[in-house]
Amino acid sequence: MQIDLKTITITPLRQTFGHLARRMGADKPASRYMEATMDLQPVENFHFRPTWEPQFEIFDASRTQIVMKDWYALKDPRQYYYGAWTLARGRMQEKAEGDFDLVDELGLAATYPEEGRDLALSVFLPLRHVAWASNINKGYVSAYGYGIAISQAACYASMDQLGVAQYVTRLAMAFNEIDALAIAKEAWLQGPAWQELRHFAEDLMVEKDWFALLVAQDFVIEGLLYPLIYENFNEALNRKYGPVFSMLTRFQREWYAETAKWMDSVLKVAAAESPENKALLAGWIKSSRERAIKALAPIARLAFGDAADSMLDDAIDQLNTRAAKAGITV
Amino acid sequence: MAANAFIAFQKNEESRCIVEAIVEDNPEAIVSDQPAMVKVDVPGRLTIKRSTVEEKMGRAFDLQELQLHLITISGHLDETDDEFTLTWNA
Repeated sequence: MQIDLKTITITPLRQTFGHLARRMGADKPASRYMEATMDLQPVENFHFRPTWEPQFEIFDASRTQIVMKDWYALKDPRQYYYGAWTLARGRMQEKAEGDFDLVDELGLAATYPEEGRDLALSVFLPLRHVAWASNINKGYVSAYGYGIAISQAACYASMDQLGVAQYVTRLAMAFNEIDALAIAKEAWLQGPAWQELRHFAEDLMVEKDWFALLVAQDFVIEGLLYPLIYENFNEALNRKYGPVFSMLTRFQREWYAETAKWMDSVLKVAAAESPENKALLAGWIKSSRERAIKALAPIARLAFGDAADSMLDDAIDQLNTRAAKAGITV
Repeated sequence: MAANAFIAFQKNEESRCIVEAIVEDNPEAIVSDQPAMVKVDVPGRLTIKRSTVEEKMGRAFDLQELQLHLITISGHLDETDDEFTLTWNA
């Protein structure tokens, strides 16, 4: 008896969902990111307006002054949908945990020079409150932003900041300095060096325009703070005392390098949409940059002493370069 | 006329991004979808650029990762950190 093996090709009737095929202009397989993002938010047939703001629909594009023809143009270049994001963060967390374990195992925290430890903790620990403010503010962007493209990425960034706050807290625990957390909170609430930044972060909590809020919080505050503290201040500590803090703030540096790509791409697309958008963005960046510089100057002085001005200028240059790359003159 | 340089991958989420990158960088590319496999032919020269694949995938990509999905290739191979090129001498 002879058996012939034959292969039959079955072509699927559709390669993807209809709304994605219409978006891509062709019926071809779409990425998971596209499937988990595009056109998922309801846009019509809303029955009830929010009782707290009846002038808006539940999802309302006019909650920001930025105008986009297609809100799904604000895509995330990292292509994060929930699954991809958790996997990426899981990997980052594994590495960060490894560093915490190593520092613990080798007793690196205990042998760190006391002078350096006190300086570093006085700069790093109050940042957990900054991260928490960022969590709240990005939560607002996620809640009131228009279109899943921006609101899901903002939601991930919001949760990331909660993680950052926890890692900053872990810093104090790694150094066995639980009291330092209470001292840092006191510094955040009362210390003269932190009041400008606290004032700015708290003002942002009542900012109504979610896009302006995103620009101020993510692009400007974090765009200055992370290079200044998590990069330059760490380098200064490394040179003088040793690399322990660099190891224990690894998550923050990796997060910033990655999230900056998303923010830059959002700004670039929004600015390219219309001259009006570009002018709005430039205005927001300029005004919040001015406030952020004023807010960060005393913290830079705390961290760098005499070198504060040049370090802050370096961070400002980086921010301006990013804005210029996004096509925004500031 | 030079022969086709070609490359074939197992069909999956990652190789789909690689194929999209090839099509973007090689306008003459002919993609043939087969069961569980996708083959791309380009007359003379086929180039895979790391930067384009990274853009499609949304993450950092090492060109050697494509070996994980590779079934076969045809052409002389020139491989650098940034480009993976298959050619036939004309």
